[in-house]
Amino acid sequence: MLSKGTIMNQPASAYFIEERHDPNETHTLSVLVQNEPGVLARVIGLFSGRGYNIESLTVSETESQKHLSRITIVTTGTPMVIEQIKHQLDRMIPVYRVVDMTLTKRAIERELAMVKVRGQGEHRVEALRLADAFRARVIDATTESFVFEITGNTDKINQFIDLMRPLGLVEVSRTGVAAIGRGPEGM
Amino acid sequence: MSDKSHDPNQMTGAAMIVRALIDHGVTDIFGYPGGAVLPIYDEIFQQSEVQHILVRHEQGAGHAAEGYARSTGKPGVALVTSGPGATNMVTPLTDALMDSIPLVCISGQVPTHLIGNDAFQECDTVGITRPCTKHNWLVRDVNDLAKVLHEAFYVATTGRPGPVLVDVPKDVQFATGTYHPPRKSDVHRSYAPRVKGDATQIRKAVSLLANAKRPVIYSGGGVINSGPEATKLLRELVEVTGFPITSTLMGLGAYPASGKSWLGMLGMHGTYEANMTMHDCDVMLCVGARFDDRITGRVDAFSPNSKKIHIDIDPSSINKNIRVDVPIIGDCGNILGDILQVFKAEAKKPDVKAWWQQITQWRARNSLYYRKSNDVILPQHAIQSLFEATRGKDTYITTEVGQHQMWAAQFFGFEEPHRWMTSGGLGTMGYGLPAAVGVQVAHPDSLVIDIAGDASVQMTMQEMSTAVQYELPIKIFILNNQYMGMVRQWQQLLHGNRLSHSYSEALPDFVKLAEAYGGVGFQVHKPGDLDGAIQEMISVKRPVLFDCRVAALENCFPMIPSGKAHNEMLLPEQANDEATAKAFAGGKALV
Repeated sequence: MLSKGTIMNQPASAYFIEERHDPNETHTLSVLVQNEPGVLARVIGLFSGRGYNIESLTVSETESQKHLSRITIVTTGTPMVIEQIKHQLDRMIPVYRVVDMTLTKRAIERELAMVKVRGQGEHRVEALRLADAFRARVIDATTESFVFEITGNTDKINQFIDLMRPLGLVEVSRTGVAAIGRGPEGM
Repeated sequence: MSDKSHDPNQMTGAAMIVRALIDHGVTDIFGYPGGAVLPIYDEIFQQSEVQHILVRHEQGAGHAAEGYARSTGKPGVALVTSGPGATNMVTPLTDALMDSIPLVCISGQVPTHLIGNDAFQECDTVGITRPCTKHNWLVRDVNDLAKVLHEAFYVATTGRPGPVLVDVPKDVQFATGTYHPPRKSDVHRSYAPRVKGDATQIRKAVSLLANAKRPVIYSGGGVINSGPEATKLLRELVEVTGFPITSTLMGLGAYPASGKSWLGMLGMHGTYEANMTMHDCDVMLCVGARFDDRITGRVDAFSPNSKKIHIDIDPSSINKNIRVDVPIIGDCGNILGDILQVFKAEAKKPDVKAWWQQITQWRARNSLYYRKSNDVILPQHAIQSLFEATRGKDTYITTEVGQHQMWAAQFFGFEEPHRWMTSGGLGTMGYGLPAAVGVQVAHPDSLVIDIAGDASVQMTMQEMSTAVQYELPIKIFILNNQYMGMVRQWQQLLHGNRLSHSYSEALPDFVKLAEAYGGVGFQVHKPGDLDGAIQEMISVKRPVLFDCRVAALENCFPMIPSGKAHNEMLLPEQANDEATAKAFAGGKALV
């Protein structure tokens, strides 16, 4: 019988195989980068190559004169892994700044989703009523469908989508999270 | 308006590349021609400032450039063609990334209009090398080329050094544009490595050091990369504090092996005294090392009762594997200087007499012990003989990867930095021979020896041909046990002694092989013949393959078994079958 100790559970390996039990945290990172070919591939390659998670990733040029793009990444990991991710991002040559929006505790996060719902009769009326309650806008309509546009934080959008499911949800397109700090200062 | 035809800065992309090499002080490059770099080779042909060394395989060019870089502190340069030329560079680039070696690789690419077309000898070079370079560039416009080349040299050599690659399509090499010499604005504004250490952190570190009862300094390759000043300061710090010092594989030579505070290398095959000192210390000063898994062993039992100070230029090295108490980000030369200054001004030399007494007891265990024999050459003995024979000589050592590498690290004493070239992080078999080529190119009059194994050396044996062509008298000292020794050692210890594909049934006759290449071959079986043969090898001014037949089943000890802590080392006298089985019980149980 093998004992329960970590050492005895080691398989034959040239490496110490460690089980980490630290709880995972979710963090939103804003990354300001030089907008040049391959920069997104570098960021994504870092995450896949080092085994980090990407929950959501949003990217667009934000200052075209200076060729700056802003990437917002939502990631999960232990506190040690989150710290690593930030350092690893920061040391990439085209990266200007990495800000952990979750740590600032003053960040606003928003996501936009377009939600297509198909149905008739009472379902259709109910979908419209809920959309109104969530401040979703109708951006396309046929006699048997709606496309809603909804903006909000991730939880709100998840909740709206869950409500639409029994009412004839067809498909969803989401932008992923964009984040910005409160107050007068920039990142 | 100036007449462009008379502007000396108007030139082709190919000419810019050679011009940039000259502007960055490059005198030697390693490469292999091919379709996509022919314009560059044409430029090389028409000048004499940059010497080109023709290798036999692009991997050889990369490792030679690494050897050149490690032995000089200057960047190594490799030039390869598109497609297979570039993919053959992946191993050396990764090796240089792991060991923080400044390397500039220039690769040819198919013409821009053919990129993405699956053209002949096309590959996505920047895509393939993105994760194995510090940074890389594809240059699509000849007017960007000068800026990119200058930035490439800057990125490779500053901050934490590393490999970079510049991919240049053939039409860009032909096109004419404007060259400019290196200038500050060539570099990304986002790239600004931190050099100076934080003063508050330095004060905290000094306060820990000054009050230490059981201190240790643990240094790494970063000290050597930082330059001669860091080495000088490290030695001074050891002198001023009286602290014991150990080092990683990459850090050997920063503190002299003959120094009185030297504990030997630490880690998986480090000395007992070094690992016990690490385990039991109360203050650890880590300088330019990164708590690699070969160093720490079991992380949750790594030096459990110490306060740890970590000096590193790369913030991502901090708290990656081991939580430290006082991180200091910056160049270790700079920071060591600051620490010394504050220490000398404010601290008294701590009393570490009792600690040294304890260390002396550990040292008395003689963890590098091996049983000598009159009948068969022990590999440890062979390294010691080589060390004795080269003492006082201007010697550079490279290695391949495996048992011979660990024995070389244990038994060859390095007195100065830049004398020891080995593949640490990546563990690249086949590194040593081409690296020796690079070292010899940089130091034509020095004695350059590749301590090799019979398996590793065959991975890049073709570079013997390069050595012969350029009259580079490298000495390939092969510890030939007819096994992949380290693989076999693990199979013996962890896989029920089933030696799956870890031996060579058809080894070449290394003497004949040397002669076939135009070099000189030696073969030695008897311990009594060893010293004479080594002397003869040293006196030969041609490339040598030295086939040193050693005890076939000798294993490398001491050793920290997997999943164990520093204080659970397996020592050579304990390494009988029963103790070995017990130490590796976890492995055995699952066999």
